[in-house]
Amino acid sequence: MALVLNDEQQMLKESAQGFLAEFAPVSELRKQRDAGNQAGYADSLWGQMADMGWAAILVPEVYGGLDFGHVGMGQIVEQTGRTLTASPLFATAILGVTAIKSAGSEDQKAELLGAIAGGEITTALAVDEKIHHAPTQISMTAVKQNGGYLLRGAKRFVADGGTADKLIVAARTSGDQGDMSGISLFVVDRTAAGVEVERTEMTDTRNYANISFNNVQIDEAALLGQEGKGYGALSITLDAGNLYLAAELLGIAQESFDRTLQYLKERKQFGVLIGSFQALQHRAANWWSEVELCKSVVLKGLQAMDVDDAKTSVLASIAKAKLCEVAELATNEAIQMHAGIGMTDEYEIGFFIKRARPAQMMFGDNSYHNDRFARLNGY
Amino acid sequence: MSDIQAFRQETRDWLEENCPLSMREPVAAGEGQCWGGRNYKFDSKEQQLWMERMGAKGWTAPDWPTEYAGGGLDKLQHKVLKEEMARINARSPLDSFGIWMIGPALLEFGSEALKQQHLPPIIRGEIRWCQGYSEPGSGSDLAGLQAKGEDRGDHFIANGQKVWTSYADKADWMFCLLRTDPEAKKQMGISLVLFDMQTPGVTPKPILLISGNSPFCETFLDDVRVEKDQVVGEVNKGWTIAKYLLTHEREMIGSMGMTSPASETLGQIAARTMGVEEGRMNNPMLRAEVAKWEIDGTCFALTAERVTDEVKSGSGVGATSAMLKYYGTELNKRRFETLLKISGSDGVVWNGEDSSSGWLPRTWLRTKGNSIEGGTSEIQLNVIAKNILGLG
Repeated sequence: MALVLNDEQQMLKESAQGFLAEFAPVSELRKQRDAGNQAGYADSLWGQMADMGWAAILVPEVYGGLDFGHVGMGQIVEQTGRTLTASPLFATAILGVTAIKSAGSEDQKAELLGAIAGGEITTALAVDEKIHHAPTQISMTAVKQNGGYLLRGAKRFVADGGTADKLIVAARTSGDQGDMSGISLFVVDRTAAGVEVERTEMTDTRNYANISFNNVQIDEAALLGQEGKGYGALSITLDAGNLYLAAELLGIAQESFDRTLQYLKERKQFGVLIGSFQALQHRAANWWSEVELCKSVVLKGLQAMDVDDAKTSVLASIAKAKLCEVAELATNEAIQMHAGIGMTDEYEIGFFIKRARPAQMMFGDNSYHNDRFARLNGY
Repeated sequence: MSDIQAFRQETRDWLEENCPLSMREPVAAGEGQCWGGRNYKFDSKEQQLWMERMGAKGWTAPDWPTEYAGGGLDKLQHKVLKEEMARINARSPLDSFGIWMIGPALLEFGSEALKQQHLPPIIRGEIRWCQGYSEPGSGSDLAGLQAKGEDRGDHFIANGQKVWTSYADKADWMFCLLRTDPEAKKQMGISLVLFDMQTPGVTPKPILLISGNSPFCETFLDDVRVEKDQVVGEVNKGWTIAKYLLTHEREMIGSMGMTSPASETLGQIAARTMGVEEGRMNNPMLRAEVAKWEIDGTCFALTAERVTDEVKSGSGVGATSAMLKYYGTELNKRRFETLLKISGSDGVVWNGEDSSSGWLPRTWLRTKGNSIEGGTSEIQLNVIAKNILGLG
């Protein structure tokens, strides 16, 4: 497949660009933050997005979706990186849809995917329990009891965990920490008895939560997929998550670059534009080159996911590792080249680094994915 | 059967019949190449036969027009030919600066007479070319070159010194930049001329490099007669063509980063050499270095692919050759630094019993030139900053 967008994908990219610039620019993030909005996003914005069909892009047509594919969705997510737009798009329309599509029964798909596509419900994926991503190190338990399961344990760094209607939870029905088998997925109401949600305020002011499950009794119907065999669907969901985080980080890297380049062409010192200094030109040129590499690997990963390519998993790690590295470079260079003004809250450039770091850490940072890449390649 | 299927079948049959079996055996990196030319010493009869057969068919330059003895293949046929050659592991029949550099420039800028004269012998591997660009005083500042071409009516008399002329001691003809108008502004007074290396006054002298090899020469020009009908394009307008060729060269050198001996990936070499325990390579720091290189290498290869696809679909931004050259050569240098670490003390054996010993340190040292030749990395960064980013 050629590494270019087709006309429909290009159109979606442009329409996303236009919409987000008008309704969800970086100034909107400041507004939500200053208003102390616990959700981190405006419900009305998500309503607009759902009306445009964004919640339905990855949902198959039989369940009321658009089935437009990952390359298309990737273009939207990349644009949300440029505008730092918070919304349930990631946790619901990407993670929720992928997990349910991969593991769910026909009934679950019909019910949940249809509701997501219609913008009626939101979801959150609860995986990690420690401060570093480790999907096999799950110790939360789900014990068969009363014709259903009893959940005990705690999750942290759950994106949209404070607002989502449904939590998709990975818990252990057998085996020990470190085992891939024995992990099961469950769909749990956030408001179920025994679910304790504590919002954690992070650098990007989005809503994350630490969630405790204190003897939460759920029905057998809450099991998503087969008992003990949830790791496969979880991996697929995490690969998707990482590729979309890479797409968002690409938007962040590009936008912080574009803004910095503009600044180099405006700011004068010693009577000349600072962009005339070779010390800065070479750093800008290197930065630009790194972003070019990022564009290629993100597009390749999205294309691979669209055709269920066997290389999707390794491409997800390549893309996330590379984008973590370049997003770090980009957001650091952006501040250094803006210098003093880049340190102020008043100026928007500092918002990019504060979103980039949590996005890098979610589902594994650069070191995690370098390591995973090496393991997948037999070393 | 469609036309292209028929073409594939014909090609397969022809290759089966005409590609000597020894030309299908794998060779070590840097070995088994065929450069052709008047005085070329072929490794074997088969190597010569393979070059001559492919040359006669025009398949040493598959997409050049048949009127100049090229293969005349369209893009799809060209792709099929490459695939069919790869299928039987056929070696490249001819590696040539004629095919890579001056040929494309002649096709773009040359007169009909020059095309007729020079393209067929290039395709048949009869004439080997070298490039006379850099001078002792003009490296990065190429447009500041001083070798003179003095106007004598129907010819020029050339005087000066060229340096870093690849294989000038083995080449038959040179394409060369001369200052033909000393009064004009730097870029305006330069012409691209062609002359036979046997012309009186042309003296190439090989330069010994840190790698122990001498792929480059200094070339002295003393009262060398250059005919005016051997000027490519117009007199004093050679800089445009020179820049075209530099772009071409950058693309070539940049893509080299990825065509290094790839029968084994860096990760495989590292795992084999260092050993793997419980799924992880011994030496965690080196393991991380290898993984990071392979990740960057994949992203770079994908970028070369994307740039090509964008050009094909007409959506490209262009001017990316500087980026590919910069990144590809830096990547290739990194690769060899990592290979050296993986190889430990074996990696610095200069001469040894083993026939392959000495290959790694020599090739590693040679890669240091990748980010110098064809415009240094710093020049590429200047080009990106100025032409792409618009920084003054």
